[in-house]
Amino acid sequence: MLKMDPIQLNLLKEIAELHEVPEGAYNFRANGQSVGRQSTENIEITPKSDVSGIDIRIKPGTKNESVHIPVVLSESGLKETVYNDFYVGDDCDVLIVAGCGIDNCGKQDSEHDGIHRFFIGKNSRVRYVEKHYGSGEGTGKRILDPVTEVHMEDGSSMEMEMVQIKGVDSTRRTTIGELGKDAKLVVHERLMTHGVQQAYSVYKIDLNGEGSSADVVSRSVARDESYQKLDMCIVGKAPCSGHTECDSIIMDNGRILAVPSLEADNVDAQLVHEAAIGKIAGEQLVKLMTLGLTESEAEEQIINGFLK
Amino acid sequence: MLELKNISFGADNDGTKVEIVRGITLTIPDNKFVVITGPNGGGKSTLAKIIAGIVKNTEGSIILDGEDITDKNITERAKLGIGFAFQQPVKFKGLTVLDLLRIAAGKPIKIAEACEYLSEVGLCAKDYINREVNGSLSGGELKRIEIATVLARDVKLALFDEPEAGIDLWSFSNLVRIFENMRAAESGRTIVVISHQERILNIADEIIVLADGKIVKQGAKDEILPEIIGTKYATDVCHKVTESGV
Repeated sequence: MLKMDPIQLNLLKEIAELHEVPEGAYNFRANGQSVGRQSTENIEITPKSDVSGIDIRIKPGTKNESVHIPVVLSESGLKETVYNDFYVGDDCDVLIVAGCGIDNCGKQDSEHDGIHRFFIGKNSRVRYVEKHYGSGEGTGKRILDPVTEVHMEDGSSMEMEMVQIKGVDSTRRTTIGELGKDAKLVVHERLMTHGVQQAYSVYKIDLNGEGSSADVVSRSVARDESYQKLDMCIVGKAPCSGHTECDSIIMDNGRILAVPSLEADNVDAQLVHEAAIGKIAGEQLVKLMTLGLTESEAEEQIINGFLK
Repeated sequence: MLELKNISFGADNDGTKVEIVRGITLTIPDNKFVVITGPNGGGKSTLAKIIAGIVKNTEGSIILDGEDITDKNITERAKLGIGFAFQQPVKFKGLTVLDLLRIAAGKPIKIAEACEYLSEVGLCAKDYINREVNGSLSGGELKRIEIATVLARDVKLALFDEPEAGIDLWSFSNLVRIFENMRAAESGRTIVVISHQERILNIADEIIVLADGKIVKQGAKDEILPEIIGTKYATDVCHKVTESGV
C-alpha cells in the first residue's frame, strides 16, 4: 500500500479519481519522492539518472492498458521540476493519467513543473488525462507550470483532456505538438480561475504531415479578480486541417485575453479559429430560475455544465 | 386559481412610454386548458412573462391560490408551482438533456424517469438523454425538450409561450398531439398556452383573445372559436375582431 497521509490521498482522489492503487503500471510521487512504482510486462517505468523524473516505455502493440503517474505535494515551500518521457511503440492503444495536486498550508510557495514529452509510434492511439488541483489555506502560492510536448508519428492519434478548475494560484501551461502524416490530435482544455489567480495557456501545434489534423478546444471561466491568457496557435505545413476554439465565460472582475492564431504554409492547409468571451447569458439564468433555481444556483449549474 | 387584477406593463421606447399590457383583469380556474390568442404585438407573451415573474408588471396584482405573488421573483414563483416554456428555447453549452430534466425535477431523478418525460413529448429517450442542449438540436427537438422540462416539474400552472413558433409542419403535428395528451391526462395542472393555431385553440376549455394589451374576447371554446374561425388563420380573424372593435 502507498505511504500517504490523508491530505495526499485527498489530492490523489481529486486529480486521478483514485482511491487505491490502480491496475496496470503506475508511479506515485509525493513531496518529491517516488512512493510507489509498478511496471508491467508491456509498460516499463524507470527513473532517470541525470534529472528528476521517469521514462515510461510502452512496447509496440500494447492495447487497453493504462499508466497512472500522479504527483502530490503537501509540504509548503517545495519546488520541483520533473521530466517524464513517454515512449509509446507502434500500434498501441493506451490510457495515460497524469496530474498534480498541491496542498499548501504554509507561507512559502509550492511549485511543481512537470515536463512531459510524448513520442507516439505509428498508428498508436493515446488518451491522456491531466488534472491539476490546489487546496490548503496557507498564504504560500500553489504554482504549476507544466510543459507537454507531443511528437506524433504517421497515423497516430492522441486525445488530451487538460483540466484545472480549482485552487491553482499561478499556472503557465505550454503544449507543443508535432504531427506526422495522418496523425490526429484532439485537445479539450478546461480552466477555471478564481481569487487573484493567473493562468497562461499556450499551444503551438505544427501540422507537418499530409492529412494531419488538430482540434484544440478550450473552455474557461475567469471569476473574481483572476486573469487568463489563452494563446493558441496552429501551423499548417502540409495539406491538413486544424481548428482552435477558445470559449470563455467572464464573471465578476475577471479578465481574459484570447489570442487564437493560425499560420498556413501550404495552400491546402485548412485552418479555422473561433474565440468567444462573454458573461453568462441572461436568458440561461432566467430559464434555470423558472425551473426553481436561485440566480447563484443557476450560475453554478451553467458553469459546471460548461466546464464538464 | 390564478387571479390577475388590473395588470399593466409599460416600456420605454426611445423616451416614449408604450403600454404593452393595459389593465388586464382575469381569473384562470384550476384544471383548465386555456389558450390565449390574438394578433402579434398584442401583449400575449408579455402577459405570460408577467405571470412567471420574468417581466415585472408596472401596475396591478397577481394572486395564486389566494396568495399575493406580485412581489415574488422568478425562483419563488417557480417554487410555488408556476412553469414556463419559452417561445425560443434557451441553449446551453455543456448541459445535457438529462441535466436539465434533473434541474427541472428538483431532485436526482433516475434515467428511466427522465425518459418518461421525453417519451411524453415524443422523443426517443436513448437518442437524446445525453445530448447537449445546444445548437446541434433542431428547433422542433429543442421545443419538445423545453416542454419536457415543464412536464418534469410538479407545477400547478404551466405556461407555454407560442410552442408552435419556429418549428416545421411535421413537428407541429406532433406538438399538437403532445398538448392533446396533456389535455387528456387530467394531471391537475392548469395549462395556459399562447397560440395562433386553430388546432391548439380547438382543444381549449377557454379562449382569451388579447389585442392591443387588452382582453377583447373571453369565454368557453365553443362560444369563442366559432367567432374567430372560418378563415385560414385564426390570427387573421383576430385582426378582424380587433378592427371591428369587438
